[in-house]
Amino acid sequence: MTPDTLSRLQAAVAAKVPVALCTRLSDGAQILFPEDAAEPGLAEAAAAALAADKAANHEGWFIHPHNPPMRLFIVGAVHAGQAMLPMAAALGYAVTVIDPRRAFATEERLPGVAISHDWPDEAMEGLKPDTRTAIVTLTHDPKIDDPALDAALRSQAFYIGALGSTRTHAKRVARLKELGHGDDAIARIHAPVGLDIRAVTAPEIALSIMAEIVAVRRGSRLAVR
Amino acid sequence: MSEDILSVAAGWRDAGEAVAIATVVETWGSSPRPPGSRFAVSETGRMAGSVSGGCIEGAVAEAARQTMQNGAPQLLDFGISDEMAWEVGLACGGKLKVFVEKLG
Repeated sequence: MTPDTLSRLQAAVAAKVPVALCTRLSDGAQILFPEDAAEPGLAEAAAAALAADKAANHEGWFIHPHNPPMRLFIVGAVHAGQAMLPMAAALGYAVTVIDPRRAFATEERLPGVAISHDWPDEAMEGLKPDTRTAIVTLTHDPKIDDPALDAALRSQAFYIGALGSTRTHAKRVARLKELGHGDDAIARIHAPVGLDIRAVTAPEIALSIMAEIVAVRRGSRLAVR
Repeated sequence: MSEDILSVAAGWRDAGEAVAIATVVETWGSSPRPPGSRFAVSETGRMAGSVSGGCIEGAVAEAARQTMQNGAPQLLDFGISDEMAWEVGLACGGKLKVFVEKLG
């Protein structure tokens, strides 16, 4: 890999611009899609690899997509949310913590992640969750969790989880129905949140939530409720 | 621990070391690491990432040393039927191709 290709690839990754590194395996020649000119067949295969976020081979070329990191929005700067941060980083998620309660959402409590003090509905409007976004609500407070879930259900987020007991969730479901969400939409919410590993401590709860997010992303049968 | 092996490798190169990158480009059967997985090696023997579950990294590091020296990329084949892979213990029963290139 030439220094030029490396620096352009790193610049694209840093700028969170999707690029595919295409390598001709016979001689190591490389181009970056879509920055560099590519013959139509290769360009099409590179675009498909980026869309599927999956490496591919095309007529002697290896296509290696580099998409921006997946995103995780944690609503509620609570203890379990703090415990999720190092796990989420290791798993490759760019985290934003949303909590209008400034006393909780401090940089000291949430090192190295983006913090939004907006109300969740406003925050979501700016952040625009997409198919590569997971959203978890952790506050237990309907004032904060409900608008977040309302916005989450209107998005294409691949994972929506809500902390709270079965009883709490039943009340939540009733409120979300009043907001106009149907059964199918509400069924997208994983609640009580996380895989059932009998988690007790904050790190254990964080582990169960992150494990469920991975299970959903990878299509594991553990993700089915 | 970071999955961003390229940045780690670039750091070594910036510190003045010769560096090679190995990338899984194709797999068959039960290979543990998917295409796109990277393994970086420096001339002083620093290593980051993986291209298997630890079965073939030693052999890949050897090949990488050669690529570091002469700059020529290599396409390595590992599989259960491959004598060398058997020697280095690809016990998972998978087959894979690994592309090795020098980081310029």
